[in-house]
Amino acid sequence: MKTFKGGVHPGDRKSATEKKPVVPAKPPAVAIIPLSQHIGAPCEPLVAVGDEVKMGQKIGDSKGFVSAPVHSSVSGKVIKIGTCKSAPGGTVDAIFIENDFQDTWHEDVKPNPNWEKLSADELKKIVREAGIVGMGGATFPTHVKLSPPPENKIDYVLVNGAECEPYLTSDHRAMLERPDDLIVGLQLIMKMVGAEKGCIGIEDNKPDAVEAVTKAAAKDPRIEVRALPTKYPQGAEKQLIKVFTGREVPSGGLPAHVGCIVQNVGTCIAITDAVCKGLPLIERIVTITGSGINEPKNMLVRIGTPLEDVIEQCGGFKPNLKKLILGGPMMGFAQPGPENLPVTKGTSGILCLTDEEVTIEEIGPCIKCAKCVEVCPVSIMPLFIGSSVEQGLYDRAEKYDAMDCIECGCCSYICPAKRPLTQWIRMAKSEIAAKRRAAAK
Amino acid sequence: MENKLIVSSSPHLKSDESIRSIMTDVLVALFPAALAAIIFFGFRALITIVLCMLSAMITEAVILRKKDIFGDGSAAVTGLLLAMTLPPAPPWWLCIIGGVVAIGIGKQVFGGLGNNIFNPALVARAVLMISWTGHMTNWLSPIDLVSSATPLASAGTPDFLKLFVGNVAGSLGETSAFALLLGAAWLFYKGHINWRIPTGYLAVVFVMGILLGSQGVSLSAGLFHVLAGGVILGAFFMATDMVTSPVTPKGQLIFGLGCGLMTMLVRLYGSYPEGVTFAILLMNAVTPLIDNLTLPRKYGEVAK
Repeated sequence: MKTFKGGVHPGDRKSATEKKPVVPAKPPAVAIIPLSQHIGAPCEPLVAVGDEVKMGQKIGDSKGFVSAPVHSSVSGKVIKIGTCKSAPGGTVDAIFIENDFQDTWHEDVKPNPNWEKLSADELKKIVREAGIVGMGGATFPTHVKLSPPPENKIDYVLVNGAECEPYLTSDHRAMLERPDDLIVGLQLIMKMVGAEKGCIGIEDNKPDAVEAVTKAAAKDPRIEVRALPTKYPQGAEKQLIKVFTGREVPSGGLPAHVGCIVQNVGTCIAITDAVCKGLPLIERIVTITGSGINEPKNMLVRIGTPLEDVIEQCGGFKPNLKKLILGGPMMGFAQPGPENLPVTKGTSGILCLTDEEVTIEEIGPCIKCAKCVEVCPVSIMPLFIGSSVEQGLYDRAEKYDAMDCIECGCCSYICPAKRPLTQWIRMAKSEIAAKRRAAAK
Repeated sequence: MENKLIVSSSPHLKSDESIRSIMTDVLVALFPAALAAIIFFGFRALITIVLCMLSAMITEAVILRKKDIFGDGSAAVTGLLLAMTLPPAPPWWLCIIGGVVAIGIGKQVFGGLGNNIFNPALVARAVLMISWTGHMTNWLSPIDLVSSATPLASAGTPDFLKLFVGNVAGSLGETSAFALLLGAAWLFYKGHINWRIPTGYLAVVFVMGILLGSQGVSLSAGLFHVLAGGVILGAFFMATDMVTSPVTPKGQLIFGLGCGLMTMLVRLYGSYPEGVTFAILLMNAVTPLIDNLTLPRKYGEVAK
């Protein structure tokens, strides 16, 4: 099987939830809807305290192009416009809505029987208005990705069904339970960007998903479904493009520069829902798992549901919980606690690890074993960037191609000296970016 | 919540491998060769091995002011590697000086593990070789332990089976190619060494042996140069030392080729019968240079 260079095998650890169908979570008593759940400009609130809102109503929007509106996931009353915690750290503005448990839909939410006749531009507008962002966790506004510069002809739409992060099974369940909607979503994206070819890559540890999606895609000869070796980071954008097309995204460039657009499985299904049923993005599948949770589950959770509510519906934490992570274990964000933290559009998983899996290790000296060089999927030199950052030599870090890092975490994972290489490279990237911004002024 | 959660940067998973586990794997890999040495040379070989390892480990513990003398295991590896380069029955003080030099001068003066430029065991061997040449070339034939020349310094047709099994005079670790290869296979399996350095090294020694060996162009001269002396030990255990060899794939191959070339130049044209030590030390010195000249092509690299 064709694969990419480098990568690691952390063990997929998916057995706790991979066979469990998605169950709906209880709607929250108070929904906390952050005004920034995406990369780009935060939204301004469109409602005020005391306003009645309906389910699916747009309650925040922005004039910025790189942005995505937010919608209410419940019907009820706005009780507060305040702040809540965000996954990467810090706080964001959020609208707090008291749920009346009536689930009264907003009048804009209605199925579109003529969706097949919509033009590419009309479709893109629907995607934007539905607030769809990359649901693998990166949360880049999808309509922006679907509007590449006109000089870049897109011929491939790639769908990431690899779900290469250990533990997570939300995409796996989505592919099993809604394969037809996935294909419709892919066809819609192909129409929006004018691509001739659609490819879906699924890691071979999910043979049932490969089978279901292959069956659903059989009607459309333009779509290829391929099982990929189980290796992290199989689902990374640049690696998927290389595997399917043999092309490489130029350093510092975008997938569109080589005629590709990559979307996550969840995003495709969200597009289908938005176009056919008129549904904005107000709920998503979340995998709640890890040895630190009593009942691991895949749940369909309303955006804005407080983490504490979700945890409670999974039997609560085990007493020896040591780490709470939003997202997967390789790229997810560790949290100080579940308080004042809602599920957002990018919450693919809630991973609860206990003191058995989480250890704090002393950082050792680099013994130049070159294992980080071997596993790096973009062939940069993590060890040299790491030692440069340790000494504050950011220019040297730049020379060793710190800016090309995709932050997959393979180098930190493999390092026998337990050196936090990925973290150091992130530091280098932000320092170098700041320097470049200063130079551009 | 009563227990505090850990907040740290991703990734949140780490492999089980540690410096200590890698060093332990290297010790395991050297075990067959050490055992072969003890079988062929008897109790004196065991004493040599123990003295070198203890001397290296204690020196490291004293310098680092640590009570755990095994520590990360790197000093034990250095001590054992040093023992493998010594003749079977050197005086006890030679072993101790070797261990102190290897760790003290070969490693800790540079800043300890990971920072040394030269392979510590070979630094010690070079010092001992120059200072006590007589003791360092006191070869014994196996089993009967009478003085005997190393095959590299003797005339006559070599016995390849003997060379391979190890029933020949030489340093402790130079004797059994079979035992060394068994250990090397373990290191390959564990992913601690790859093919580039050993293949480059052995290929050059083999080819230069064929073309430039004593009997004109001869296949057996090539094979002889590979099996005799310290080439197998050097190619699989010394040149592959992680700290002092290149980290880039291309660099590793160049490093191996360079080691082979230098070894053969010393053997064929130098005044010492064996050149492995000096060849690897020389290549160690240029390792940073090789790394910087052979950086891999990164994903999406744009031609400049």
